[in-house]
Order: sequence, then structure tokens, then C-alpha cells
Amino acid sequence: MKDRDGPLLNIKGLKKSFGDNLVLDGISFSLDTGENKVIIGPSGTGKSTVLNCINRLVVPDGGEIWLEDTEIVSCSNINEIRQEIGYVFQGFGLFHHLTALRNVMLGLIRVKKTPKNEAKEQAIAKLEQVGLLDVLDSYPAQLSGGQKQRVAIARALAMEPKLMLFDEPTSALDPELIGEVLNVMKNLAREGMTMLVVTHEMGFARAVSDEIIFMEKGKIVEKSSPEKMFEQPENPRTREFLFKLDELYGKGGE
Amino acid sequence: MILLEARIELIRRSLPALLGGTVITIQLTVLILLFGVFFGLIFAFGQVYGIKPIRWFVNVYEKIFRSIPELVLLLLVFYGPPSLGIRISPFNAAVLGLGLRATAYMSQIFRGTFKSVGSDQITAAYSLGMGKYKTFLFVILPQAFRVFIPPFANEYAIILKDTSLAYALGVAELLRQGQYIIAVAYDPLTIFLAIAAIYFVLTFGVTRLLKVLENKLKIPGIGVEIG
Repeated sequence: MKDRDGPLLNIKGLKKSFGDNLVLDGISFSLDTGENKVIIGPSGTGKSTVLNCINRLVVPDGGEIWLEDTEIVSCSNINEIRQEIGYVFQGFGLFHHLTALRNVMLGLIRVKKTPKNEAKEQAIAKLEQVGLLDVLDSYPAQLSGGQKQRVAIARALAMEPKLMLFDEPTSALDPELIGEVLNVMKNLAREGMTMLVVTHEMGFARAVSDEIIFMEKGKIVEKSSPEKMFEQPENPRTREFLFKLDELYGKGGE
Repeated sequence: MILLEARIELIRRSLPALLGGTVITIQLTVLILLFGVFFGLIFAFGQVYGIKPIRWFVNVYEKIFRSIPELVLLLLVFYGPPSLGIRISPFNAAVLGLGLRATAYMSQIFRGTFKSVGSDQITAAYSLGMGKYKTFLFVILPQAFRVFIPPFANEYAIILKDTSLAYALGVAELLRQGQYIIAVAYDPLTIFLAIAAIYFVLTFGVTRLLKVLENKLKIPGIGVEIG
């Protein structure tokens, strides 16, 4: 499947401070095409900052981020790189003045310069993929949280990204709406999308991820397969954290 | 008592002069609005996106011009420059004086409308590969424009009514035209009522139109359930 050697995304020694607060203290990991990795860890440990650095919404202080042959931290064409990376946020970030369909079309028309008719076809296809053909003409304020997040996923997918980033995509949702978003993400994973997901949904992590990365205080404490992470975590901190999550969200295996 | 027929006849005869004054009033209003929108927009950009000294300047400007009575501003702009050897016509002084004030208010209206668009939408736009310029044009501006209409309608009404202060500088706007007629016909009640009616029509009519525009552009669902 791969048409080139080496990982799709390669992060080396990523560092970032906000003022005196060291948020990322030398983060390194990589992602091959088609791989799915989940980052877990206590809040405030820089998980979201890692994602924000990958498409340079936050500029790192040190380290390198390679998307194939392009180094993102130092590149001069960040708007082109961002088209290659889909980003789904906790807070959806839908454009309030546009219908679901228009939300998905905007990037195609204004960034990719796709002709309007083609953009519409592609946008409808993506909305169909996330099961939202019935709300094409609804505005964000008329949608449920789960629908909003699925529109946001369709909007990111429409750009045909090489990599999808998810930053706690279900954290702002009512419990009964989480499932529909996770299902869309699981399908994406099965279809071979490369994904990096920050989440507390251990069921999802266990079902689709190739590797789980446990982060704490700006460092990667442990990286391993979900089986190993859940059955016999090496680090005592990992064990403690997973135990707490179990208490909060139920067992990862379900 | 002046007979009703006499009053109606007076209004009929005065109408050309009053409408002449109305034209001047409308000209003043439009020019002051344009002045305020143009400089208010620049100031708002400076305050939201500019460097620190620019933000400071706009902040101080806004505080000063919101704290001086309009009439004092007009007198200052009209009688001030001649003592420095600069001549300014009453009409231009009225546009300048009220325009400076409108700039201060407009800049705050624009600032609020720019900031009304949530940062998550802006981040989402960036992550699609839209730069700052496209994000402003296609995400911030369309939403800011909708938020802008109600305070703009309000500001329009204020400016229209404030143009009557140009009376003090001798500009032949609606109120002064009325005074000329009163000086000859001596029926202040009738003439002032006619003037009040004209102001009312201009204010109410245009704010109504803007309300229609606002409703037409309303984003479905918002106001029903925010978020």
C-alpha cells in the first residue's frame, strides 16, 4: 500500500513552553500510513498541544515534525500542509452561518479551488459517509452535538487529508451521542485512514488503536499495544491512571 | 388660535423649504456615517489585530470622543481652526465634528462584531488551510455583518438626530430651515411638529428597513438554541 518508505508522520524531540510552564518536554513518536494511535493521559499534560503543534496552530520551541518529506515546524507553506491534515476539535468549530453542506464545501471551494458543482458532490459524499444525508441544509444551531461533530469530521475528510487528528472529539457530547461519533471514527479506521486521537474513550482505544501513548507532564511515560497497556502496563503511573479511568468510564473492554 | 386650515396651508407652503433642509440633513447623516464606518473600521482593525501602541491610541481616542458633548465638539471644530488660520465651512465642520464622535462609537461596534465570532471557528478555518485573510473574509465577516446591523441601526438613528446640532453652526439643515419659517410665519408649534414628523419618518423608516434586513439574514436555529 505504501508508495514510499518511512513513517507518514514523524515527531522528534518536540518541546513547547507557555511562559514558565513546560508543556512538552521532548515528545517523539511516529505514525505509519494506515496506523491509528491514541494518546491518553491526565488533563493538562500537553496532549492537545501535541496535536496543535502538528498543524502548527501552536509553534513548537524545539524539535521536528515530519509529514512525509516536509518538516512542518520550519516549512513556509503551512496552509498547504494544513490541507493534508484533518483536524477535529472538542468544540466542533462549525461555521454558524453556513448549512452542514456549506460547511463541508467551504474548504473545497476557497482553499482547494474546486468548482462549485464538484465541491457539492464531494461534500454530499462525505456527509453520506458520516450518515448525515438528512441534514444537508440544516444550520449548526439546528443540529445535535453528535451531528455537529460528524459534520466537522466530514468537513475535515472533504479535504482528502493524509492524516486525521482528533482532539477529545466526544468530550463535549452528551453520553447518548458519543456512540454515533465513535462509530464514524471506527469506520474511518477500518477504511485505512491514518489517525491520531486524543481521547478518554478506552473502548474506542482498545477497538481500533495500534498503539496507545500514555503522556504525563509533557513526557511520554509509556507506549504499547492496547492489549499490553490494559493487561500489564509497565509503569505504575499508567496503571494508576487506567484504574482511575476504569472507575470513571467503565472497563476499556466493555 | 390659529385655524387648522391655516396650519395646513402653512405646512404646504413651507414644505419645499423644509424638504430642502431635509436633503441637507440626509447629506450630513450619510457623510457622517461613511466617515464613522470608514475610520471606525480602520480603528477597530487596529484595536483587534494591531500592535500595542495602535491599540493604546484607539483606546484613548475612543475614551476622549465618547466623553465630550457633541455640541462642544462641533463648536470646537468650527471655531477652533480659524484661530490657527484654517478656514472650515459650517457643513464640513458638522461632518468632521460628528464624524469624529461616530468613529469612536463605530470602532467599538466593529470591535464587538469581530470578536463575536468564536475562536473555535477561527481555529477550524486555519486547520482547513484558510489563511488569516480568507478566514476573515469567509468566516468572520459574514457573521460579523449580521451582528453589526442592530447596533448600526441604533447609531444611524443617533447620528440622524445629532445632525440637528449643526443648527448651532448655521448649517441650513432641517431644524434651521424650520427656524427661518417660524421667524416669518410665527407658528412654532406647527413648524416644530412638522420637523419632528420628518425626523420620525427618517429614523423609524430606515431602522424598520434595517430590521427587515436583519430578519432576512438571520441564521436559522440561532436564538432558538444557542451553540
